[in-house]
Amino acid sequence: METGKNKNAIIIPLLAVLSGFIVGAILMLIFGYNPIQNYGSLFTGAFGDIFSIGETLRNMTPLLLTGLGFAVADKAGFFNIGGPGQYLMGWFGAIVFVLHFKALPGIVLIIGAILVGGLCGSIWSGIAGYLRAYFGTSEVITTIMLNYISLYYVNYAIKAWLAPKGSDSSPSIPSKASLNTAFLQHLTNNSTFHWGFFIALFCAFAVWFYFNKTKSGFEIRGVGLNPSASRYAGMDVKKTIIVAMLISGLLAGVAGALDGIGNYQNISVSNSTPSVGFDGMAVALLASENPIGMMFSALLFSALQIGGLSISVFSTTPSEIVNVVMASIIFFVAIRYAFEILLAKGIIKKSNKSKEENN
Amino acid sequence: MAKDVVEMRHITKQFGNFKANDDISLTLHQGEILALLGENGAGKSTLMGMLSGLLKPTAGQILIDGKEVEMDSPRDAKNLGIGMVHQHFMLIPAFSVLENIILGDEPLKQGRIDYKQAEKDITALAEKYHLDINLKAKVADITVGMQQRVEIMKALYRKANVFIFDEPTAALTPQEIEQLMKIFRTLAAENKSIIFITHKLKEIKEAADRCIIIRAGKVIDDVMVADVAEEKMAEMMVGRKVRTTVDKEPVDQTKTVLEVSGLNVEKDGLAAVKNLNLTVHTGEIVGVAGVDGNGQSELIDALTGLRKIKSGSVKVNGKEYANHSVREITEAKVAYIPEDRQTVGLILPMTIAENLVLKNYYHAPYNKQGILNYNKINADGRQLVKDFDIRSQSEKEAVGSLSGGNQQKVIVAREIASQPDLLIAANPTRGVDVGAIEYIHEKINAERNAGKAVLLISFELDEILKLSDRVVVMHAGEIVGEIDPNHTSAEELGLMMAGQKKTAAK
Repeated sequence: METGKNKNAIIIPLLAVLSGFIVGAILMLIFGYNPIQNYGSLFTGAFGDIFSIGETLRNMTPLLLTGLGFAVADKAGFFNIGGPGQYLMGWFGAIVFVLHFKALPGIVLIIGAILVGGLCGSIWSGIAGYLRAYFGTSEVITTIMLNYISLYYVNYAIKAWLAPKGSDSSPSIPSKASLNTAFLQHLTNNSTFHWGFFIALFCAFAVWFYFNKTKSGFEIRGVGLNPSASRYAGMDVKKTIIVAMLISGLLAGVAGALDGIGNYQNISVSNSTPSVGFDGMAVALLASENPIGMMFSALLFSALQIGGLSISVFSTTPSEIVNVVMASIIFFVAIRYAFEILLAKGIIKKSNKSKEENN
Repeated sequence: MAKDVVEMRHITKQFGNFKANDDISLTLHQGEILALLGENGAGKSTLMGMLSGLLKPTAGQILIDGKEVEMDSPRDAKNLGIGMVHQHFMLIPAFSVLENIILGDEPLKQGRIDYKQAEKDITALAEKYHLDINLKAKVADITVGMQQRVEIMKALYRKANVFIFDEPTAALTPQEIEQLMKIFRTLAAENKSIIFITHKLKEIKEAADRCIIIRAGKVIDDVMVADVAEEKMAEMMVGRKVRTTVDKEPVDQTKTVLEVSGLNVEKDGLAAVKNLNLTVHTGEIVGVAGVDGNGQSELIDALTGLRKIKSGSVKVNGKEYANHSVREITEAKVAYIPEDRQTVGLILPMTIAENLVLKNYYHAPYNKQGILNYNKINADGRQLVKDFDIRSQSEKEAVGSLSGGNQQKVIVAREIASQPDLLIAANPTRGVDVGAIEYIHEKINAERNAGKAVLLISFELDEILKLSDRVVVMHAGEIVGEIDPNHTSAEELGLMMAGQKKTAAK
């Protein structure tokens, strides 16, 4: 029985991905584009050479981290859709730290930037966690609102304090504080691949370990699955919610920090909250919030995004088609019950048949 | 001989590879009361599910009034005159009794609901069958017993000839049970036929004409109730001899473990427990009898730290624990078997082993500097699964996949393994079968014999009378009397529980 469930946990996401690609293909056929050619260039664009691979892995880094962040909160029964805000605060915090302490050695700047970024993300999610734990405020509302607050606050702060007059961007950080080192550039043919990727992988293993092996992770799972039983067992439900929320924001904040000092090297005014915060939710959902599975779903979504850029290079197909594919995948994950029913029906049919044969 | 209204022939129902019903045949005569006796998971509900159109048999035929039928939905069953009264009532609390009864089959007059006609019809039926119901009342405001009568009326209103009751007495007081038995007999006298699912032997003895015993999906026997003793039926159901008493050894009962004085607890701003005094000594089981909703839940919640105490004192082994945290009270060697195992006692998706350490996972050797030692957790879990006879494939199986009785055993195992000084047990055998009841009772009594204090709260009078050394009766938040379980009857207790007779509290 348990193995059957585990099998479904892998089969259903695979079916969802496959169905997503099929929907994309059908759509391309309807509009007269060649799906085989386009999926081919998508694949080459994502994995065709060492440069593309570097880009894909770099893009996967924040996806994996925001996905992990969403998963930790969700395990505690907390629907954190504040990923974009927490990511932005992390990015902002990291850049401010580096620009402010420019004189420090590179390694100190890097570690400090990641820690400050994580802390900023934590504070941002912690506000929502505190409001939920002590006032019962819906985290869905507060995290959405905090997304906007962070967007406009960061935009204001960049213009008021960081950016030179007339510019919309902060100065770039010194190269000693960048995670995109010459060694990695050399290795990946000047891609934007940076050390943050390994930090993200480490975080995925850490989150897996945290859920499955630690006392605090056990409490988070307990509270998420059944708050009344957790209270009965003597767990501090409020504290656990806040801890989960702090870790969630920490991961999103680290994602922002790594992107800041690894990819962008500065921070600019933006019109909308960073979409990577929301994409992380998709990553988490596709992998049923399994941290190891999320490595693969993050890789997939990253490949779609990076490879999708190539589609319009090699054909007239708009690259937005990959958004349709991604959205379809999530749609199919969401209707996983349909797959479960189909799988179950197949099993029922099988057993009926064998029964008839027996008769 | 009366004609057969229902005949089920060689019914088999298979879920995957599991045969829930294996070649079961039964007949139901007109005007007969048939009891379906079996342990949890024996296949009674599955069988009735097929008769009421919820499930389809894998093999076999169902005949109603001699004609073979095929039912695709509960609506088909209803049209064939089969009425089902579920264990959990299917009523809309915000609607009136009348509205609930006609819901789905409203009499219309020029496109509008003809309430007058409905009321007339239902009142006539109520008189004929002596069903005491208040049509104007809101379902939310009426007692459980009345809700059940509303369910019965719903079936009567739809011209049912066959009534299926799924564990109809689970939530009733003794007086309500008696009333229900009377309704059974009235219905039977009017040539209606009744099948009721139960694992309570006493009710079968009292009300049923015939009893079919099902074990592991098969019919074990089909007996006339008058010819067979209760013990014999229990034996057939479980497959071995069942003990109905526990051995109480002489133990030291002088030391006070729990001392509650002047306890006041509020629920939603209203007094739920009023100035309550209670002591439990070592080697003693104190039973708290009472009808559901008379402050028992609030009392236990207050004792275990789940609910705030307004005033009063709760002492465990002489130390004050009023308004302490749940964990502090657990650490004071108080164990608690909660009434609601699925939403309070267990985290269903977690494994058996994880649930077994739910209250002490944070202690060594399970927890070392924040890291849990799963080897130890699983090994100890495996041992407890063995010691407490928890039927499962492995200690790593999700608790939610166990049967109700085995889930309850997981809780009992956890609480008793914590070696408490005081064990609080709230309806520890609710909804579990005779075999598991016997086992849990033995375990609770063993705690008493080992010199532990036990506070037992139960709505089952038999349970209270079987286990308790002393019985106190709770009514409207107060203890209204104390009685010696060896010198009382279920009737006397029942009256006290209803608050009708106050024997002088000592």
